[in-house]
Amino acid sequence: MNILETRALTKSFGGIKANTNIDFALEQGRTMALIGPNGAGKSTFVGMLSGRIPATSGQVFFKGKDISHLPAHRRIALGIAYTFQITSVFSNLDVRENVALAARRDRTKSEDEVAERVAGVLARVGLSDRMEQLAGGLSYGHQRVLEIAMGLVQEPELLILDEPTQGLAESEVTEFVDLINGLQGRPTILLIEHNMDVVMRTAEMITVLNFGEILASGTPQEVHDNAAVQAAYLGTTTNAES
Amino acid sequence: MTREQKSLWLHAAVVLVLGALYFVLPEYHAGNLARIMVLAVYAMGYNLLFGYTGLLSLGHAMFFAAGMYGFGLAVNHGGLPAGAAVLIGIAATLVVSVVVGFLALRTRDVAFMIVMLMFAQTGYLIILYFGEFTRGDEGFVVQQAQRGLFGFDLSAQGIRYWAALILFSACLLGIAKGVNSRFGKALVAVRENEERARMLGYDTHRLKFLAVVLSGVLSGAAGAAYGLLFGYIGSTFATVQYSIFPLLWVLLGGAGTTLGPFVGVLFMFYLIDLSSFLTDAYMFIAGIALLLLTMFAPKGIVGQIRASRVPWLP
Repeated sequence: MNILETRALTKSFGGIKANTNIDFALEQGRTMALIGPNGAGKSTFVGMLSGRIPATSGQVFFKGKDISHLPAHRRIALGIAYTFQITSVFSNLDVRENVALAARRDRTKSEDEVAERVAGVLARVGLSDRMEQLAGGLSYGHQRVLEIAMGLVQEPELLILDEPTQGLAESEVTEFVDLINGLQGRPTILLIEHNMDVVMRTAEMITVLNFGEILASGTPQEVHDNAAVQAAYLGTTTNAES
Repeated sequence: MTREQKSLWLHAAVVLVLGALYFVLPEYHAGNLARIMVLAVYAMGYNLLFGYTGLLSLGHAMFFAAGMYGFGLAVNHGGLPAGAAVLIGIAATLVVSVVVGFLALRTRDVAFMIVMLMFAQTGYLIILYFGEFTRGDEGFVVQQAQRGLFGFDLSAQGIRYWAALILFSACLLGIAKGVNSRFGKALVAVRENEERARMLGYDTHRLKFLAVVLSGVLSGAAGAAYGLLFGYIGSTFATVQYSIFPLLWVLLGGAGTTLGPFVGVLFMFYLIDLSSFLTDAYMFIAGIALLLLTMFAPKGIVGQIRASRVPWLP
C-alpha cells in the first residue's frame, strides 16, 4: 500500500516551473531517498507534500486520502512529521521543551506521557544529558539531531527529513545513519539527501529529480544503472561507459 | 519544590503582601496602589499578546476603552446596575477583539502593528464623533450612586482597594496557571518560531486569534473596572498614548513574565509621581530612567532578575 502519492503535482514560481507534473508513490514502511542536483526542485516538492508551499496544481494523497487542500498543520496532525533543511528549533527554549512541544501535538497524551516520550526519544538520539540546555546553545550537529528528535517524538507514520546530514561532521553522519537504520520498519521515511554515501547506506528506494521532473525511480541498483541518471547526476556519462 | 509550586507560592505571597500593604500604607499610596493594580490587569492582558505570543500591538487602547465605554454608557444611558454594566463592557470588548483579531491577523509584523494602531484611532474617532453620548473630549463621570456592586460602594477608598486586589489577584493567578498550561506553552512556541510551531502541527493562526481575543478581553475588563472604581470615562483612555503605556509597562517590567506587568506599572507610576515632586520637567527624568533601564536591563526588571539570578521565575 502506498502511504503517499502525488498526481501531476506542479509548482510554478511566476513563469518558472519548479516542479512539473510529478507522479510519485511511496510504499508504506519504506525508506526512500529523494536525490537530484541543486535546483532540481526537491525542497519545493517536499514543501508541497507537507503543505508549507501551496501547489499550483495537482494532488497529494496520504493513506489514500486527498490532502491537497489541507493546511500544513492539519497534514502534520494526520501523522506527517517534517524536519527543516535549515535548522529551525526553538532557540530560547530548552531541549526538553523543544521536544515536548512536538510531542504535545497529540492532545490525547497526558503531560506525564509526554515527559516519558520526550525522555525516551532524547535517550535514543543521545541528547539526554543536554535536556536542560537552551537549544540555541547546542552545537550545530546537536541542533540537527534535536530536529530529528522533534520529528521522531511525534511517532509519525511518515517522516520527511530535508537534508538532515547537511553540515554534519563525518562521525555525526555515521551516527545519523545508524539512527535511521535503527528505526527501519516503523515510520516510512522520505529522505532528501545530497550525500550519496548516506543514501546508499539507508535508502531502499531512490527517486531522482531533475529540472523539476522525475528522472528515475527504483532500487538503488536500478537507479545506479539508469543511463539518464548517470548522465544527469552521478557524473559518469553514458559515453564513458560504452 | 517544583517550579510550579515555587511559582504558586510566589504569586500567593505577592497577593498577601498587597493585602497587608493596605493596613500599612498611608491613604494616598493605597489609592495609588489600587489604580496600579487595575492598570496592571491591563498590562497583563497586553503581556499575554506581546510577551507570550510575540505579537506587538499599538492599538490596545481600543480594548481598554471598549470596556470602559461599554460600562460607562450602559450605566449612564442604559441605566443598568454596575454589575450588569461591567458585563456589557466585557462583552463589548469581546466583540471588538473578535472583529479586530479576525481582520488584523491577516497581516503580520509591522503591518499588524500599524493595522492595530489604525483600528484604535478609528475607535478614538468614533468616541469623539458620538460626542452626544460620550461627551467627547470632556468625558463623563459615573456618579457614586451608580457605583455599587453586591451592596458595596466602590467609590469608597477601602472597598475600592479590595475590589482592585480581587480583580488583580484573579488575573494574576489565572495567567500564572494559563501560561503553564499546554495552551500557554503553545503560545510561547508561536512567539519563538511560528513556522516551526506550524510544522509541528499547531494551528498557529487559531492560537494567535485566541491570544488577541483573550488579551483584548482582559484589557477591556481592566477598562470597565477602571471606570467602575474611579468613576471617570474619558476619551484620553482611547488615545494612542494609552496604547503605548502597556507596551512600556511590559517592556520595563519584563515581557513574558507573570509579574513583569505589575512591576512595570508600579515602577513607572512612581517614577512619574516622585519626579514630579522634584521638577516640572518630570517627563525628562522619567525619560532618562527609561533609557537607562532599556540600556542596562533590556529584558525588563523581572526579566533581568530571571536571566541573571532566579531562573525559575515564572
